[in-house]
Amino acid sequence: MPEIHTHEADEHDSAYAGLLVNDAHWAFGTDFEDPLAGVDTTVPEGIDAHELATYCLRLGDDALILSQRLSEWCSRAPDLEEDIALANVALDLLGQARLLLARAAAADPSLVPALPEGSPVPPEDALAFFRDDREFRNACLVELPNGDFAETVGRILVFATYRLSLFQRLTSHPDAVLRAVAAKGVKELTYHRDFAGRWFLTLARGSDESRRRLEAGLARTWAYRHELGEDDEAELVLEQVLATSGIAAPDVRPISTGGRHTEHLSRLLAEMQVVARQHPMGVW
Amino acid sequence: MVPAVLDQRRVERARAVAATVTDPELPMLTLHDLGVLREVALDEDGGVVVAITPTYSGCPAMATMRDDLLHRLQAAGFAEARVRVALEPAWTTDWITPEGRAALAEAGISPPGPAPRREGPVALSLSPTRRAVRCPRCGADDVALTSEFGSTACKAMYRCRDCLEPFDHLKEI
Repeated sequence: MPEIHTHEADEHDSAYAGLLVNDAHWAFGTDFEDPLAGVDTTVPEGIDAHELATYCLRLGDDALILSQRLSEWCSRAPDLEEDIALANVALDLLGQARLLLARAAAADPSLVPALPEGSPVPPEDALAFFRDDREFRNACLVELPNGDFAETVGRILVFATYRLSLFQRLTSHPDAVLRAVAAKGVKELTYHRDFAGRWFLTLARGSDESRRRLEAGLARTWAYRHELGEDDEAELVLEQVLATSGIAAPDVRPISTGGRHTEHLSRLLAEMQVVARQHPMGVW
Repeated sequence: MVPAVLDQRRVERARAVAATVTDPELPMLTLHDLGVLREVALDEDGGVVVAITPTYSGCPAMATMRDDLLHRLQAAGFAEARVRVALEPAWTTDWITPEGRAALAEAGISPPGPAPRREGPVALSLSPTRRAVRCPRCGADDVALTSEFGSTACKAMYRCRDCLEPFDHLKEI
């Protein structure tokens, strides 16, 4: 067997070696730099800045909340590979959320919650951590509890199918930032949809128990899917997965929450936001 | 035009410095080999601006890459250097250089094949992705996909049925 190479010693071996002077940052949040550094965030002519911002916020909130939900699987998935896969899906969605919230804040700064004078919280983190449940614009589908693995697989399948279809259309959006996020997201969502679709098929063809759980979980997701928008192409893809799996579309009535969230969102936000809210001035 | 020539030399020198910075997760690759380093240029004030493109939307290594670039450039005398994010076009594994691919294989990571061409709606794929992957340790082509997701967002996990070793494959995007 050939020698296994690691690497020559370099500055990444010491957590302190790469630090720049004066790089204290807000202690919480996703990362320590502007995700749109140097990107032209001018809103194109003919586009309403507020509408663009709220649209990006909606898309960003969907990704943020599902990312937080999926992160709950960390160390609890059926096996290590699926644990890593779910964490990777969550990470991709968190990345999309960060860019979309940053884009929303740049397009319409009035959407960003006010924080104490001199607060180091970047705008996208202010949106993520300092809004209340009623201000979140995500679909209820992404805030529902995970359920078991089969239910999570069905939910990722539905979400990724709709989002992939939408993002493909958004690659020709007049806003260059949204267009770029969509083009990047298409590549990531393709993996998410295929991951969920393959597991859907596997569980459908597995045991009576795996099939029973898949159908029960899908019924809970299905009632909320209309919130993701009308999309014939996404529906066709879902029909294809269901037909291949020999699973009938759940016979459930759409649940309409009338624009309100379910009670599950506030609990999710409490866990996600509690530490950040205690330390709006926290720097390290 | 002497100043233009001097500017050009400055950019070339800055590019050479930036090209030595390595990826924090794949330290056998420079950012140039990875295709993340997109452009080195001067702004209106003559400051060096380096453009980098994220591999994945949520790639947590971006901050480290930026810090490493600034650190290296500042040490080389480019005190006013800046790093900007270039989101478009999106990063693709096709940008990894031949030297980068060789370095990956040398380190036991299977390099990516050609990225999928996208025309029209993305096709659904319910069977495991077929790739012409060889074991980077023993060279056998009898390998099995363990998971489409690996230790970092950009890798899939495989195992070799011949030498039985697991290995990472940088997946095509």
